[in-house]
Amino acid sequence: MPRQTTNSPYWQGVRDGAPFILVIVPFSLLFGVVGTEAGLHIAETMAFSVLVIAGAAQFAALQLLTDNAPTLIALVSALAVNLRMAMYSASLTPWLGGAPLWQRAVAAYFTVDQSYACAVVKFEDRPDWSVPERMAYFFGVVTPICPLWYVFTLVGALVGSAMPSGLPLDFALPITFLAMIGPMLRTPAHVVAALTSVTLALVLAGLPWNLGLLLAGIAGMVTGAQAEVLIERHQTREHT
Amino acid sequence: MIDGPALWLFIAALGLGTFGLRFVFLGLIGNRPLPAWLLRHLRYTAVAVLPGLVAPLVVWPAATGGTLDAPRMAAALVTLGIGYWLHNVILAIAAGALTLFAGLALIG
Repeated sequence: MPRQTTNSPYWQGVRDGAPFILVIVPFSLLFGVVGTEAGLHIAETMAFSVLVIAGAAQFAALQLLTDNAPTLIALVSALAVNLRMAMYSASLTPWLGGAPLWQRAVAAYFTVDQSYACAVVKFEDRPDWSVPERMAYFFGVVTPICPLWYVFTLVGALVGSAMPSGLPLDFALPITFLAMIGPMLRTPAHVVAALTSVTLALVLAGLPWNLGLLLAGIAGMVTGAQAEVLIERHQTREHT
Repeated sequence: MIDGPALWLFIAALGLGTFGLRFVFLGLIGNRPLPAWLLRHLRYTAVAVLPGLVAPLVVWPAATGGTLDAPRMAAALVTLGIGYWLHNVILAIAAGALTLFAGLALIG
């Protein structure tokens, strides 16, 4: 068991996850409201937030269903929005792969943009951490985020359209993601990967099923990896 | 819109499918070593996916019907800049939100 001092990996995770409360609360609230307005029962809205636990895909699915899109198309589109989760899963494997299967299954369920983003940054920062320490950190990040996702979906579903509509909530998501991206741009290779991703995501935005993001993601990863190789080669040449 | 059992089936399928995407590598590969070239690509996953996810939301905000909007663009740049230079997510979010509110108050 990790020591439960305030500086243990778990509590570091709680602290790093806490700022995202600012985003999770309005977003889950909004999902609850939208669900109720779309005619969903409270149990159905809650099932979305508990079983799917992925904001963007939940909104996409609900939007498509209320537009009366064919069910299979709605399902495939919402899953496509979540394809990035498979990339996160692969990216976490070198760090968390040594944990017991049940822990990996629970961590997989709680793999959301915020927990993933915090975890990779921290794990690269602390290569000395053991697998249990990394798991403790991961669950620490999840602690202030995911329970509130459920709670405020419920609040939103209950209060329904009584919410003030003047708040620019639409921009809460971009702002939190941008705040997470800033510290990730640690090397020129990371910057190049991000620029590639942005460019392609904008150029390919017209593709169906969110395929543009998937292609932009793959291209960004390849560019980052290639840039890393080039930079390393350049540095070894300078040192010899 | 679908309802009743059809809706429940839809939610369950979406939940299962999403879990499958999250579990596929972490659960099935586990502790088996991955090749170096793959690890090198995986290091850039976050920085290759998140910017692409955000870029269209910043350039074509849904709230303005998809037209470029000065307060939102300013808020995005301030957030990214503070996050980049100060490495502090809370400060970056706060600065971005303040910029957005100030921008909307000035213009809107």
